[in-house]
Amino acid sequence: MSDNPTATASARPSRIMGFLRSIALLRESWFGMIGAAIVLFWVLMAILAPLLPLYDPLDASVRLVPPGGEAFDGGTHWLGTDNRGRDVLSRVIWGSQRVMVWAMLAILCAYAVGITMGVLAGYLGGLVDDVVSFFANILLSFPVLVLYVLIIAFLGASGVNIVIAVTFTTAPIVMRIVRGLIMDLRTRDYVAAAQTRGESSLYIMFVELLPNARGPLIVDVCLRFGYTVVAIATLSFLGLGLPPPEPDWGMMINEAVELGAHAGHVMLAPAAALSSLILGFNMMADGLREISLRD
Amino acid sequence: MAEPPVLEARNLSISYYTRAGEIPAVIDFSVEVHAGETIGIVGESGCGKSTVAMAIMQHMGTNGAIVGGQVLYKGRDMAEMSQEELRKTRGSEIAMIYQEPFASLNPSLKIRQQLMEIPLTHEGASESEARDRALQILRDVQLPDPERVMEAFPHQLSGGQQQRVVIAMGLLANASLLVLDEPTTALDVTVEAGIIKLIGDISRRFGTAQIYISHNLGLIRETCDRVFVMYSGEVVEEGSIDQLFRNPRHPYTHGLFGCIASPSMDKNATPLKPIRGQLPLPHERPPGCNFGPRCDFFKAGRCDQDTIPHRRVDEQRGHYARCVRIEEIKHDQAESKPEQKDPLTLGEVVLKIDRMQKYYPVYNNSIPAILRGERVRHVKANESLTFNARRAETVAIVGESGCGKSTFAKVLMGLETATGGSIKLEDTEIAYQPVRKRPPDRISALQMVFQNPFDTLNPSHRVGPQIGRVIQRFTNARSQDRIRDKVFELLDIVKLPRDFYYRRPRQLSGGQKQRVGIARAFAGNPAMVVADEPVSALDVSVAAAVTELLMDIQREHHTTLLFISHDLSTVRYLSDSVVVMYLGWIMERGTTDEVFSPPYNPYTEALLSAVPIADPNIQKREILLEGNLPSVMAPPKGCPFSTRCPHRIGEICDNEPPPEREVSPGHTITCHIPIEELKRAKPVFEYHEPASESVG
Repeated sequence: MSDNPTATASARPSRIMGFLRSIALLRESWFGMIGAAIVLFWVLMAILAPLLPLYDPLDASVRLVPPGGEAFDGGTHWLGTDNRGRDVLSRVIWGSQRVMVWAMLAILCAYAVGITMGVLAGYLGGLVDDVVSFFANILLSFPVLVLYVLIIAFLGASGVNIVIAVTFTTAPIVMRIVRGLIMDLRTRDYVAAAQTRGESSLYIMFVELLPNARGPLIVDVCLRFGYTVVAIATLSFLGLGLPPPEPDWGMMINEAVELGAHAGHVMLAPAAALSSLILGFNMMADGLREISLRD
Repeated sequence: MAEPPVLEARNLSISYYTRAGEIPAVIDFSVEVHAGETIGIVGESGCGKSTVAMAIMQHMGTNGAIVGGQVLYKGRDMAEMSQEELRKTRGSEIAMIYQEPFASLNPSLKIRQQLMEIPLTHEGASESEARDRALQILRDVQLPDPERVMEAFPHQLSGGQQQRVVIAMGLLANASLLVLDEPTTALDVTVEAGIIKLIGDISRRFGTAQIYISHNLGLIRETCDRVFVMYSGEVVEEGSIDQLFRNPRHPYTHGLFGCIASPSMDKNATPLKPIRGQLPLPHERPPGCNFGPRCDFFKAGRCDQDTIPHRRVDEQRGHYARCVRIEEIKHDQAESKPEQKDPLTLGEVVLKIDRMQKYYPVYNNSIPAILRGERVRHVKANESLTFNARRAETVAIVGESGCGKSTFAKVLMGLETATGGSIKLEDTEIAYQPVRKRPPDRISALQMVFQNPFDTLNPSHRVGPQIGRVIQRFTNARSQDRIRDKVFELLDIVKLPRDFYYRRPRQLSGGQKQRVGIARAFAGNPAMVVADEPVSALDVSVAAAVTELLMDIQREHHTTLLFISHDLSTVRYLSDSVVVMYLGWIMERGTTDEVFSPPYNPYTEALLSAVPIADPNIQKREILLEGNLPSVMAPPKGCPFSTRCPHRIGEICDNEPPPEREVSPGHTITCHIPIEELKRAKPVFEYHEPASESVG
């Protein structure tokens, strides 16, 4: 870095390289690395489910085959079959796809609403802040599960309604985080600089302020993705989730519970899958936080 | 000198271990501190001066280590002390005083508890004995009303008082050595002057040895006996105050003096001579002399070989410099007289401010307040400001914290609106228009350079587009290519490489960010630029370069510059006229010469006297102010300065707002004392020609 002018301007560094480099930072935390590996594994499973040599998750064959047992066509049920004779491994993997897709949609929706509300409340303050915070506090005063059950019971069980329910419960929390971040950031000189050149509030909120709040938000997304997966599974477990017959981890656990102890494998497989995914998200979030606190 | 020095460091080398490997922070540092002596360590940020302080305390953190040499406390090697001994030494023998006094005091304990604890635990004194000692020490550090201070919590004291309490804690422990790390940087100038005086008294009265760390050469000159100048981890020059300030021999030391404005300089006759380039990063130090790449006397083959020895200068006792060419370099001859610059002719009046007023309402919604009808109170941030600024003029607004200078800038920029009076920018009234209601040409006519370089640029966006946005908004350039070319031109003007366009702000140093901030302010060709302490957060050598840059751009564009500052040396150097503010009032205004010579407003006089001066040829009249700045919530009823004024004439000062009296056209003083009497004051600064160039 010298102070002397050089006449040439180098080419614009590529955006993709910059992104890859920031991902590469994660390797400094082995904890985060393991988390990311677990998450990546399930993402790959979800994407590759149609390509894998799996039994159809809905096809019934011999009931309650133990893990490793032989299938009627000579293949192997690596994780056995459930009480309707459906292949457990196949259902777990196809279930990951369903969980991922709906969790992702729900999180996207909750963050879109939460961020918008939070930025508005944090930057504009005053009456806007009072109103938004008031409604957020009302929503936050409900026990989460009660709110889920209320919303689903009212709207009916479907994927879209799960997205709505998650948005109602998660957006107020996100709004609080964003509001706090923005209230801190809005006192910075670059915001004053934007104001003194007459920028609109929208420009300041979403171009000047929001990008600087992304650090803590990325960590939070990871954590909350895990929570959402749990929420979706819980709803399914309660019979309020995604409608059958497509496989879904919460529903699988629910069905297995009725079978009791003699078919432990049917319950263990989806439960392990659920735990590992949540653990993965939590570890990744911890890793990201650890890295962001350095330097 | 039979007694061993209180502290001795021998060839001390300190490294930090980071991701990038071992980074030597301090190399070969040797010092002796005797009882009653004050040693100054001066240098720019990152030169290793605070690391030295931490090494003296044997507290290197998790990733630092002393890799060579030793520290001896009263003849004993501190590295051989047990943890228990070290703890005792730190607590009662060596006391450290940091920049931020509030961080050194426990916010949930009363001062009484924090002070009495020291004699109680260290000496097993009785309760009443400890109390007496604590009261006495508070009197010794000249705190008014020690009884009240004893019962106060830290947050109930002002910054200056807090710092005095921290110093008192060090003295109470009978410390033999005080390490002061920038103890006044967070304080106002007039408060700072009092602390400096106190630090000087301490070594005389208590025989305490002191190590004073600062970036400010003026402060070092006023407090210390010997000085160590550090650059990039090494001591480059050491000597007594007299040797070093009258006859600096290392090119870096000499360069530093060229970077500081002294009250005898002005921007046209003697421009500052910034040191080019910037401090090398610790892992990018050049071979040989660390200062080589920035040195005007660099000789390839000699200055870039091996390590440079620390040698005695001209057979003088105690004067050393780390330079191979000291004998050859003749600073007074080699000095290329900087080109004189023609003063700008001032144009028509651009900004006309007439009795501008800004009150902030403060609501108290408690029931007693509502019953008493005192629900709304007003903080009078600006009280009747009146002054003009002309084209190409530099108007400085000086004052300490809480004087209302930043509020004024906000009103001017349209971030707040005035409560009364008028502000006319090129004949348009803008006092009541928030920035969003102003027409675009009014907005582009008035731009701002901000104080904090780490805040002024948006860390999420690249440098180029941030400047480009201003061009896009304020000029008729529309195409992306056209805007980028214009940004390139601006980068050339602020002397930054063009590929900075693609840099992120975090890849820039403080000085470079400030240059980008200047480029951004000037991108829309403004008629007037408000600069709010633009260089106060920068290192001396970088600040000089940025100041000169600002002056050069102004010269070219005939921009009116409103320079907000608390640093009177810089103000004296670069401004054409000065407005002195105190608690929302203008105390004095006029051309720079008028304000800096008698008659003075008593506040101006005290403010001038508080400025630390690094120039040994200037003699300063000492005026110390008592007390603290009153709170803006409860200002004095009459003259705002009446509570601290050394020239107070009586009841009238407390009860009646002072009149604004005109000394000569354009020069006014707000004071009850008649002008004739004020005229009898002697100048604060007296310049003595150096008797003879005593070189050698």
